[in-house]
Amino acid sequence: MDFLQPESWAEALAVRAAYPEALPVAGGTDVMVELNFARRRPPALLDLGRVAELADWGGEDGLLRLGAGVPYRRIVTELAGRVPGLAMAARTVGSPQIRNRGTVGGNLGSASPAGDALPPLLATGALVELASVRGVRRVPVAGFCTGPKRSVLAPDELIAAVLLPAERGPEQFAKIGTRNAMVIAVCSFALALRPADRTVGTGIGSAAPTPVRAVAAEELLAAELPWASRAELPDPLVRRFGELVAAAASPIDDVRGTAAYRRHALGVLAGRAVRRAWTEHRREGGAG
Amino acid sequence: MAGWGPGVPGPEDVVSSGPWDGVWRVGGGVGGPGNPLWAVRLDPDAGHPAPRPPVVEAGADGSAPGSQGIGTSPVRPDGALKVRGEFAFSSDLWADDMLWGATLRSPHPSATIRSVDVTAALAVPGVYAVLTSADVPGDRYYGLEVADQPVLAVDEVCYRGEPVAVVAADHPETARRAAARIVVDYAVREPVTDPEVALAAGRLVRHVPIRKGDPAAAAEVVVVGEYRVGMQDQAFLGPESGLAVPAEDGGVELYVATQWLHADQRQVAAALGLPAELVRLSLAGVGGAFGAREDLSMQVHACLLALRTGRPVKMVYGREESFVGHVHRHPAVLRYEHGATRDGELVYVRARILLDGGAYTSTTPAVVANAASLGVGPYRVPNVTVDAYGVHTNNPPCGAMRGFGAVQACFGYESQMDRLAEAVGLDPVELRVRNALAEGGTMPTGQVVRGPAPVARLLELVRDRPAPPPVGAELWQLPGGMANTTAPEQVVRGVGYAVGIKNVCFSEGFDDYATARVRLELIGGEPTALVHTAAAEVGQGLVTVQAQIARTELGVERVVVATADTAVGSAGSSSASRQTYMTGGAVRAACRAVRAALITRLAGGRAGATDDGGGRVDEGGPELAGGALRDAAGRVLGTLVDLLAAGPVEETVRWRHRPTRSLDPVTGQGDAHVQYAFAAHRATVDVDPELGLVRVVEIATAQDVGRAINPQAVVGQIQGGTAQGLGLALMEELQVVDGVIRNPSFTDYLIPTVLDVPPMAVDVLELADPDAPYGLRGVGEPPTISATPAIVAAIRAATGVPLARVPVRPEHLTGTG
Repeated sequence: MDFLQPESWAEALAVRAAYPEALPVAGGTDVMVELNFARRRPPALLDLGRVAELADWGGEDGLLRLGAGVPYRRIVTELAGRVPGLAMAARTVGSPQIRNRGTVGGNLGSASPAGDALPPLLATGALVELASVRGVRRVPVAGFCTGPKRSVLAPDELIAAVLLPAERGPEQFAKIGTRNAMVIAVCSFALALRPADRTVGTGIGSAAPTPVRAVAAEELLAAELPWASRAELPDPLVRRFGELVAAAASPIDDVRGTAAYRRHALGVLAGRAVRRAWTEHRREGGAG
Repeated sequence: MAGWGPGVPGPEDVVSSGPWDGVWRVGGGVGGPGNPLWAVRLDPDAGHPAPRPPVVEAGADGSAPGSQGIGTSPVRPDGALKVRGEFAFSSDLWADDMLWGATLRSPHPSATIRSVDVTAALAVPGVYAVLTSADVPGDRYYGLEVADQPVLAVDEVCYRGEPVAVVAADHPETARRAAARIVVDYAVREPVTDPEVALAAGRLVRHVPIRKGDPAAAAEVVVVGEYRVGMQDQAFLGPESGLAVPAEDGGVELYVATQWLHADQRQVAAALGLPAELVRLSLAGVGGAFGAREDLSMQVHACLLALRTGRPVKMVYGREESFVGHVHRHPAVLRYEHGATRDGELVYVRARILLDGGAYTSTTPAVVANAASLGVGPYRVPNVTVDAYGVHTNNPPCGAMRGFGAVQACFGYESQMDRLAEAVGLDPVELRVRNALAEGGTMPTGQVVRGPAPVARLLELVRDRPAPPPVGAELWQLPGGMANTTAPEQVVRGVGYAVGIKNVCFSEGFDDYATARVRLELIGGEPTALVHTAAAEVGQGLVTVQAQIARTELGVERVVVATADTAVGSAGSSSASRQTYMTGGAVRAACRAVRAALITRLAGGRAGATDDGGGRVDEGGPELAGGALRDAAGRVLGTLVDLLAAGPVEETVRWRHRPTRSLDPVTGQGDAHVQYAFAAHRATVDVDPELGLVRVVEIATAQDVGRAINPQAVVGQIQGGTAQGLGLALMEELQVVDGVIRNPSFTDYLIPTVLDVPPMAVDVLELADPDAPYGLRGVGEPPTISATPAIVAAIRAATGVPLARVPVRPEHLTGTG
C-alpha cells in the first residue's frame, strides 16, 4: 500500500487527481479501524495530516469556516460559544484520544448515518466545501450524504471545510448510547432555533440511511413557537414536535437497538431539546 | 510474617486504631476506581483468626525487612510496564526468521464439507504451508473434558468460525489472502440454535439433578419466574497469540498466552503425535484471560505449521477472529419456583436451568454441575429439586468464564429472592438474612459447609454502608453521561441487593494439585530464593503472591519468580479462583520442605525435619526469619549464609487440597466442592426511565477472603469482578442470531468505561478457612456473581419494571423491544 503525504493543499489536490483510488485519511479514527478489520484494502492512503490549510478555523463572509482537519477536541475547547450544537456533539465523540484525532472532515468523508457531527451540521444548515484541481463547490450538508457511507464527493475531490451560518440562537444535541461514553449513537438529535428569522433546524442521526432533517417538525415549531411573547412552551406543541421528529426517521433493528426504541427515543430527545432550547431563548430575552 | 502481628503498628497506611470489627474498608463513595481511599483498622484482639490491616505499599524504600511478605502489597513487577505500554504480550513475540500463520474458518454454523482444495492457496508466492485435518499427525480431536473438538474441521463444521485450514506465509497479509483462496465445498445444513430444540433432540451434554428433602413440599407463599442470561464474552484485550519454534530434537517450543500450560501441553502433544516432553511450553505475556484461554485456540495450529515448515510460526488473532476464537459464557434460561412460609422462611426451591454449550463440549459438564449444585444460592433450603442441563447447538462454543455457572444461577435465585421479599412483605436484605447459610449449614448436595460462611454479615455490611450522594448535577454523573440526554429531574434512583456463592478450586473428585519448586542459594553472598511453577500469571498478580509467600516462609528478601513453563510440574489452571490457594499452597509447602532440608543440614545430616510437605504449620520447630534459622524464642540457630555455603537447597512439592467427591448421578448428593466463597453487593442506580438509560451510582461490596495475601490485589479483584458483573447487567452481550455473532468488535460488544464504573465501596472480611493455606479463600470470582443481580434489582426498584433478562437494554425499560 502506498502512503501519499502531501505538504500543502495544492499538492493534496494534485495528488488526489493523480491517484483517485487513494483513500484520504485525516485523523484515521475511522479509516484505521476499517483497515484493521480488513474491510478495506485501498491501494494507497492519502494522508492529509500535514496540510496546514485544513487545520484551522476562522470567519468568512458572515460564516464560520471550519477546516476539515480541525479535531473535535478543538471544537469543544475553542468553538463551544460559536457553534454550541456542534460542540455538544463533538464532546460525545469517542474517547479523549479519538477526539484528539478525529475531524468533522473525516466524519463527512465516512458519511456514516451515525456520524455524530452530522445532525448539528444539518440543523444549522451548514455547507460543505469540496475542492479539486477543477475548482471549488459548496453543497448543503443535507445534500452531501446520498446513502450509508456514500456521498456526492467526486473521486478527485477532497473535503476542504464546512461553513456554518453565523446567525445565532439556542442549539441542542443529544445522543443515545448503551453505555455512558465511547459509544456509537443508537440515535441522536440536533436542534437549532433561529429567533432572528423565526426558523428551526433539526438533524436526526442513526435512524435512517443518511442523517436526515425532520422538515415537518421544523415547520411546526417555526409556525407555532411563541417567538414574540417568549411564553412557556405549550405541552401539546412539544408532544406534536416529538411525534413529527419520530415520524421523520426511518430506523431499522440492528445490534445497537430496535427501530421501535429509536423512534421512541427520538421523540423524547426532541421534546427535551426544544424545552431546553426554549428555556435558553426565554432566559436570553429576560423572560422565565 | 515478620513485621506484622496482632496489634503491631505498621506503616502510615493505618489511619485509625479504633475497635477492630474484623473488616477493613476501602472507598465508600469518596474514592473512585483507581483512587481508593484506604481506611484501615488494627486488630486489638490477638485471638481473632488472622485479621491483618492491609498495607498498600511496602516501606517507602521497598526494602524494610519483612515488608514484602504475605499481607502486604508490594509493587508488582509488570505494573509499571503495563501502564507505560512496554509490557511484552504474547502478540509481541518475534523470531527473526519466523512465518505468520492464518486460519480459514467456516462461514456456516453447520455444514458438511464435501471437499477442500488448497491448490490456489499454495500457489500464492510467500506461502510455505497450507494444512487441513488430513495433516494432523496425532489425535484429530481435542478438548478439556471430552476430546470432541477437531483441531481442523473433519468432514463437517458445527459452528460459524470453526477452523478449517491453516496457512503459514512470510507475511500475515499474505497468509490471510492465501487462506481466502482455499476452496471449501460446503453442503450447508440447517443449524440447531435453540437450546430447547437441542434438548428435545437429545443433544444433551450433561444433566445434573439435585434432590434434597421432599420433592412434593408445599408452601404458603410461592413465586415462580423465568430468567434469561445472554452470552457474555470475557473481552480480554490481548488476542489469542503465540509463537511456535521447531526444536533440534524434533519437538517444538511454544510460547503462548494461556491459563494452564500443562493442559495445553497434553492436548498439543496428542494432536502432534509427540510425547509430552517434546512439546515444551512457556508462558508468554497474557493480556487477560477470565476463562477464555482455558481451551486451545492457535496452539496446535502454530505447532503444526512450525513442524511442517521448520520455521518459527507466529499466530495472532484479529479482534473479530478472537470473538470466534474462544469460548464464551453459557447463555441460560432459568425457571425457578420458590416456596416459603408467610414469614419468609424458605420451604423449597425447584429449578430448571438450561445452558447452551454451543458446538463442542469444552467445560460445559463442570459448568452444569456448578449451576446445579450452587443453584439455590447461599441459603438454607430444606427441600430442593434442581435440574440443570447443558446442550450442544450450532452456536459458538461456550465454556469457562469467571463465575462459571454460578453467575447464571445467581441472577435467577436472587431475582426470585427479591420477588419473594415483596410477596411476604419483607425488606430484601431481611429476607435473605433470615434464610442465610451459615457455618455448619448444609448445601442442597448434602455437603456441610466447613469454616466461616458469613452470608448474613456480608449482607448487613453492604446494607449498613452510608448511602452514596444524591443524584448529581453534572452530565457525567447522569444516565447517558456526556451524551447530554438526561437532566437530574428526569432521574429516579433505586437500590438493590444480592449475595452469591462460588466454589473454589476444582470439584467433583478431580485430582487437583499444584507443583512448586523452590531453590534457596547464595547469589553474590546473599540468600536468594528461586520460585519456579507452571502457574499462569494472567494479570491477577500471582507472581507477586508467590514471591510474598517465599519471603514470609524463608525469611529472605530476594526472591526471583521464574517464568512459568512446563519444565516443572503442573500447577493446574488459573481458574476457579484457585491459584493463590493451590500454587500458593504449593509454594508454601516447597518452602517448608526447604526449611526442613536446612534443619537437616544444620543437624549435620540427621533427619530432623518435622514438616510433612503437606503445608501444615510446623508449630514449635525452627523457623526461617531474618536470614537465619531460629528457634521459637527467635535465637539464631544458623544463618542462611552459613547453611547455604555448602550449596543450594532445592525442593519440589506437589500439593493437593483436601479430596472432593463426585455428585451422585441420580440425587446430586456428594461433598463435591473444596471451599465456598461468598460476596454481597449493594447497587445504587440512577435511571432515566423515559429513555431507559442507567447509570450505576455506587456499588458496595462485602467479601470474605479468609486472609488477604495481597490486599491491593484483593481489592483489585473485587473491583474488576464487580465491573464485569456490571457489564453483564447493562451491556455485555454477544448477540447471536442463527448461529452468527452479530457484534464481534469492541465497537458493538460494549464493556464498561470509566464513566460506567462507579465508585466502589469495599468491605473485606478475613475469616480464616481452617483447611486453606493461611486461611485464605479464593477471591477472583465471587464479586462477579452477585454484582449483576444487585444492579438489576436496583433498576427494578427504581422503575418497577419486572426485568427478567440480562443484559438490561433500554428497550426493556421502555417497552420498545
